[in-house]
Amino acid sequence: MLGLNKKDTSLLIIVAILTLLAPFILNPFPEGSAMAQFNAGYPDLMQRFVIFGIFAIGFNILFGLTGYLSFGHAAFLGVGSYSAVWMFKLLSYNVIPAIALSVVVAGLFSLLIGFVSLRRSGIYFSILTLAFAQMSFALAYSVLSNPKFNLTNGETGLQVYADDPQILQGANAPDLPHLFGLPMRATYTMDVGAWSFDFNAGYYLCAVIMMAVFYLAIRIFRSPFGMMLRAVKSNQQRMNYTGLNSKPYTLAAFVISGMYAGLAGGLMAAMDPLAGAERMQWTASGEVVLMTILGGTGTLIGPVLGAGFIKYFENIFSKINDNVLHSWFAFLPDGLEDAVVFLIHPFIGKGWHLTLGILFMLVVIYLPGGLVEGGQRLLNRFKRRKTGTDDAPSGKTEPAE
Amino acid sequence: MAILRVKDVSKRFGGLKALTDVNLNVEENSVHAIIGPNGAGKSTLLNCLVGKLMPDTGSVLFDNNSVLGLEPFQINQMGISRVFQTPEIFGELTVMENMLIPIFAMRDGAFRMHAYETITNEKEVVEQAEAMLEEMNMADKREMHAASLSRGDKRRLEIGMCLSQNPRLLLLDEPTAGMARADTNNTIDLLKQIKDERDITIAIIEHDMHVVFSLAERITVLAQGTPLVEDIPENIRGNPKVREAYLGEAA
Repeated sequence: MLGLNKKDTSLLIIVAILTLLAPFILNPFPEGSAMAQFNAGYPDLMQRFVIFGIFAIGFNILFGLTGYLSFGHAAFLGVGSYSAVWMFKLLSYNVIPAIALSVVVAGLFSLLIGFVSLRRSGIYFSILTLAFAQMSFALAYSVLSNPKFNLTNGETGLQVYADDPQILQGANAPDLPHLFGLPMRATYTMDVGAWSFDFNAGYYLCAVIMMAVFYLAIRIFRSPFGMMLRAVKSNQQRMNYTGLNSKPYTLAAFVISGMYAGLAGGLMAAMDPLAGAERMQWTASGEVVLMTILGGTGTLIGPVLGAGFIKYFENIFSKINDNVLHSWFAFLPDGLEDAVVFLIHPFIGKGWHLTLGILFMLVVIYLPGGLVEGGQRLLNRFKRRKTGTDDAPSGKTEPAE
Repeated sequence: MAILRVKDVSKRFGGLKALTDVNLNVEENSVHAIIGPNGAGKSTLLNCLVGKLMPDTGSVLFDNNSVLGLEPFQINQMGISRVFQTPEIFGELTVMENMLIPIFAMRDGAFRMHAYETITNEKEVVEQAEAMLEEMNMADKREMHAASLSRGDKRRLEIGMCLSQNPRLLLLDEPTAGMARADTNNTIDLLKQIKDERDITIAIIEHDMHVVFSLAERITVLAQGTPLVEDIPENIRGNPKVREAYLGEAA
């Protein structure tokens, strides 16, 4: 189907089903129950799952295929956000031109940075991209924000004001990002018994776009171009002596992944019409590296899993506080309850990074292939147990001719 | 006619004269061996032919076109393929993919953005790769990762990858270095077969005299960066200058 083989088609269908049914899947616990705080099915978080999924899919095209580790991809995300907000300010709140411009601008910006950074490889490439991203951050935070020329609105962040031109904004159009009149914040809440599920327009826009770019990523992985990118990672010397110029290949991969990042940035602004410089900071660049490695570098679905995993932790674990812990362990005797809460305290709330760090170390040490490798191992163990029992009788019945 | 002409090539590294006025002609459709003791400049000469090093003076003409100043990939596109001392293959890729890459490179040139096509739909390229694997007796290993092949098979694969591009000149840099006797003999047989079946010129740099005398039609002896003699194998064997160069090194 769609030019994919059977395995990739089923992967795409599974991803489509999971993203489309996410409002159900992420809200398994009834409203008001003790477990309700583990529900992740609210629009804001679901949007972040898919947006960072897009970001990580794109990053993986560069890092997973060519092995070039960029520490500056947040710059492209930030540039995408700024471009989108500028479209809101100048044209209208319609998200289509905003998203389109964010992809184009991020593509051009990554062409420039990639052209310079890709003159080096390995650690020097990483450092160059990091330097560029920090320069972009500094530009956005202060340099490009002065009374004469205010491109980024500095610390406050770029946003839409009432006196902005918005030349194409219709009189009846909603006063916030919309898709041809459908506001991104429009949410339909379905109540089923104690459960409640949110269907958000913005989430579904992001989900559809994610499926499209995921499909594109599969095509790239299976194409001769994708094979050449893996050849870059494997042996550049052999590649150059085989009549191939590795430079344009790596640059193309860099620009494609930059455009994915720009798309993610544009979608972020489309969900919430704000763009701040902190989106370009190196911690944001590091986060996408973590997502990709945690999920499984060079695999198709890994980066999406990693993005979901990290965003879930960031939003759910950080919300657990001591009061919640006390209510969980209320059944323990008083002294013991306090001791347990005291022990767990550093790992929750603001300390969620600690938990994430430990999990990341465990994954890197025991599952170098990330969550995808973990899943494969479980599957293999399950299969072996099954075939192990099937093989024995069939071996006996085979004729010995 | 000479397909490769090296004229007055010199190369120094700081105070070290690696090559001094090297003149060398490789005749079309011949097997030409370049031998010499350690440090004679064999590898430096080879690197000057493939674009890795730029000689200080002199010229290198392939089929009457200069190769100096060109990138390795451009020289490859002219019809020169190189086999390395330690097999350079795409270890993380499958044997089949290793064979597909040079064929794509030959068809599409140094760069092509074929990001939306699917490899399995490229029937012609796949067929050529399969035929080449068949010729190399590696068809049963096509789904293996190249890194997991034996040393001899890696060498076979590398030679197959070079041949799949139908090069006019095949450069071999100590193709049997570090190989067991059986693997060495297999490689010699493979190279003999290639020489008999194809319109190809082979230039070989080698340490192992057994390999050199089984294959070469002409031999150039390099010593201290200059060609000492160039002759047919029978005359090289008894040449006192050659003995001196080798024995002098041993003493």
